[in-house]
Amino acid sequence: MRHFVIVGILVIVLAVLTYVGLNAAGLMPVPASAQAVPIDWLWNLQVKAMSFLFALIVVPMLYSLLVFRRKKGDTTDAVHVEGNTTLEVVWTVIPLVVVLGMAYIGAQNLGETRRAAPDAMVVNVTGFQWGWSFEYPEYGITSKELYLPVNKQVLLKMTSRDVIHSFWVPEFRVKQDLVPGRITELRITPTTIGDTYKVRCAEICGTSHAYMEAPVVVVEKVAFDAWVTEQQALAAEAGQTPEGRGLALVTANGCRACHSIDGSAGVGPTWFQLAGSEVPLSGGGTVIADDAYLKESILQPQAKIVAGFEAQQMPTYNFTEEQVADIIAYIKTLK
Amino acid sequence: MKRKYTVGSGLLFLLIAGVIGYFIGLGIDALIMTNVRWTAPVPSAFALLFAFTAFFFGVYGYRGITRGLVYQVVWTLIGGFIVTGIRAAMGLPVFGGFFFTEPAWVFGALVGAVAFLFGVGVMDDWVKWARGMDTPEFHEDEPGWEKYLGVSLDHKVIGIQYTITALFLISVGGIFALIFRTELAASGLQFLNVGMNLFGQNGPQLYNTLMSLHGMIMIVSILLGIAGIINYVVPLLVGAHDMAFPRMNAFAYWVSVPAAVLLLMSLVLGGFDTGWTGYPPLSVKAPVGQQMFFLGVFIAGWSSILGALNVIATVVRMRAKGMTAMRMPILVWASVATSIIALTATQLIGLSFQLVMFQRLFGMGFFDPAKGGNPVLFQHLFWFYSHPAVYVFVLPGLGVISELLPVFVRKPLFGYRWVAMSSLGIALVGFLVWAHHMFTSGMNEYLRVPFMYSTLLVAVPTGVKFFSWVATIWQGKISTPTPMLFVLGGIIVFLMGGLSGPPNATVSVDLHLHDTYFIVGHFHDTIFGGFVFPFFAAIYYWFPKATGRRMNEFWGKVHFWLMTPSFLILTFGMMHIGLLGMRRRIADYDPAQGFDTTHLILTICAFGIALSVLIFLINFFHSIKHGEKAEGNVWNSRSPEWQVPSPMPAHNYETPFEVVGEPYDYGLPGSKYVEFIPAQGGKH
Repeated sequence: MRHFVIVGILVIVLAVLTYVGLNAAGLMPVPASAQAVPIDWLWNLQVKAMSFLFALIVVPMLYSLLVFRRKKGDTTDAVHVEGNTTLEVVWTVIPLVVVLGMAYIGAQNLGETRRAAPDAMVVNVTGFQWGWSFEYPEYGITSKELYLPVNKQVLLKMTSRDVIHSFWVPEFRVKQDLVPGRITELRITPTTIGDTYKVRCAEICGTSHAYMEAPVVVVEKVAFDAWVTEQQALAAEAGQTPEGRGLALVTANGCRACHSIDGSAGVGPTWFQLAGSEVPLSGGGTVIADDAYLKESILQPQAKIVAGFEAQQMPTYNFTEEQVADIIAYIKTLK
Repeated sequence: MKRKYTVGSGLLFLLIAGVIGYFIGLGIDALIMTNVRWTAPVPSAFALLFAFTAFFFGVYGYRGITRGLVYQVVWTLIGGFIVTGIRAAMGLPVFGGFFFTEPAWVFGALVGAVAFLFGVGVMDDWVKWARGMDTPEFHEDEPGWEKYLGVSLDHKVIGIQYTITALFLISVGGIFALIFRTELAASGLQFLNVGMNLFGQNGPQLYNTLMSLHGMIMIVSILLGIAGIINYVVPLLVGAHDMAFPRMNAFAYWVSVPAAVLLLMSLVLGGFDTGWTGYPPLSVKAPVGQQMFFLGVFIAGWSSILGALNVIATVVRMRAKGMTAMRMPILVWASVATSIIALTATQLIGLSFQLVMFQRLFGMGFFDPAKGGNPVLFQHLFWFYSHPAVYVFVLPGLGVISELLPVFVRKPLFGYRWVAMSSLGIALVGFLVWAHHMFTSGMNEYLRVPFMYSTLLVAVPTGVKFFSWVATIWQGKISTPTPMLFVLGGIIVFLMGGLSGPPNATVSVDLHLHDTYFIVGHFHDTIFGGFVFPFFAAIYYWFPKATGRRMNEFWGKVHFWLMTPSFLILTFGMMHIGLLGMRRRIADYDPAQGFDTTHLILTICAFGIALSVLIFLINFFHSIKHGEKAEGNVWNSRSPEWQVPSPMPAHNYETPFEVVGEPYDYGLPGSKYVEFIPAQGGKH
């Protein structure tokens, strides 16, 4: 009996210490969305449960190891206890009730994170290898950054142009995959103003998966409106010249995730001083990078592969003739 | 005079053939590609194949595994050239960036794998039977180590073959992990950068390949490791003279060897960047290495399925007299539970990978939305195996824990029936939880809730095991030689994995945890606690049975005390930064997230683990010849295999035994588990 009392006390002490220690270590990032609140609450409940169960198993084990350790020279067996059906039933039924309760709480909790606001702002999110594009259909603008007004729910309608990606801002907690060929949805209500958040792709998507990040900026409503106006003006201006339209296309399609514009090495060949140069091809030979070659390489990337880039698979894009001409016009400015 | 083969001559051959293969490959590459690329895939592929084959030639001569590998290399080329010829006749492109085109590689690899089986000789008896010829009954292998490199029908030899192959693959997978772990020690790309190029891959691509291969090579090594333990131990525990189907047993082992070769080939043939899960559409776009990976897993699956069938047949049909279901050693229960899963679920991963292979080869649009396919369907098929597979990995290990605990605490296993049934319970519930890997995948949102319920239910039978273990230890007379240390370490580490599991099962919290380092830490805890620690425990424990010598106790303890803290810090660190936003499967991380220090510590811990495993390997191979003699009942166990002298003779028990009591009645005076039936003047 003495053993059980000591172990019982130690279990409680260790459980409390574990819980306090884990919380002191700083488990979750700063919460910055309404959805983070129920998730952090449930997580905290689970940390308590984990701390208790940890102590419940570890304390009697270590206690036995220290107290019931085989004495030197003792070769006899220990007590013959085969089992105890009551105990077995107890430690089957209690966990059963606990996990069913946890599942019920979990379902309620999930419901809270999915609660829809009727006036949510829609943002169409497109993921691609390797970048993000955010379209605001209400305002007719497209951005590389996700600008959000604080305390207003945003409904992200997401799709992917190539492979599966996953939208995740750690401070917002919730996560959702982007699947090619369909639209998936995610609701987020940012609650804390800040410009250091990033959406980070959480599903492996190829070579530059690690760098598939985009800034997320949460601002006051006033600042958000100002940003929208500014973006609308910039878009109107860029549409005036072929190079401007080309740059916009290149940006929206994330080309520069692979193709550098300053000659530095990348996943794909650099565009710096590309136009008019002599390009070595995989399989031997070279080709002059004239308009015809550039057009072919944009529309049929696998037609001619540059030496050293055999393992790369550039996706095929369906640009119009004008769009291709605009992009080539932009590439020609990179001298 | 018979030639003397040694490891030294093997290494010499490896070196020479590697260089020759490299230059042949370089020549071919130069012919096809018209420019010389020193680090290109083709020379590396030839160097790898030649070196690997020549090593075994040097060690063993042209027979057994060497002949299998030669067949595999030659027939891979023949198969490749057949398809290449057909393509030439059809006017299709003949050669690609990897010498053969993808269809030629796939067909060649398949033909090569089948040819390996004929070359190694595991098909010999069946071929003879098909021709109407008789084969002599298998009697006994030649003494010495050479039997391990050729086909043997002795379950003990096959068990050791499995174990050694598993240890080899664990080392390979571990080295891959060390390479990318070193890259992760600081943010930014240090040596796996965009500028470097090896096997046709730049740094981040090579990172992805190594990371993906680490996953799958470790999984295959686990499957082989548990097959090793089960093959060696289960027939001894049930009192059988061998497995039910010895030829199929040998086949199941040998089919895993060409599979391992294919997995390694994927590294040099452009690699692949999908992680071990191979999700399309990414896996549809990856280089030809992806196909070698799919094919390797597909073929390894045969090993798992046929091995499982054999275990079930052996346990059902070949138990000793008096061994009723409730008197079977607990490890036998665990082996049956794990075999039921492996027998019935492995097909699904083979199928899902095969569908992607066909999508790549024939343009079938199973997972291509443009053709009406569905990428999420793959995830369902894949996880229908790959979640239960986790229980395939851990159930035998948990069985080893339950099997060894009573021996070292000198008390019966607490609640034997409940522990036995909990293995079956985990196996059955394990089939109904797969979609918890897909809470963020875009599958029907409401389906997530029933899968949360079913997943949390796994905690109940797992809890039964923990409580039973604690109750077994309680008031036991505990001694802690090396096997027991690994048993206790396994319990603690598996507890960490178990406790970090339920948060992933509750959907809302998992929306944060999914695809982060938290998950990586969680499953490394479950796999180390459920497989790695018990695997080492089993090796230390049954080593004397196999060799008649025991492994060095001091170095065993060094192994344990180096590995355990390193590993615990490693996974705690992983979970810590995972919660804070460290994603899994990334080659680099944002320095602004402040993970640099933690990652450096994690890398140091990884090297600590590697060093401890190196110590283990040296101890293992050294002790085979130089270990302290241990021919009796080393651990004072009641189990039948320890009632006869070590090492075990070829056909196991000279006289059959009868079960006359409970397996774990330690502390009950005068009780016995087995009694040997006096010989009736039989053939032995």
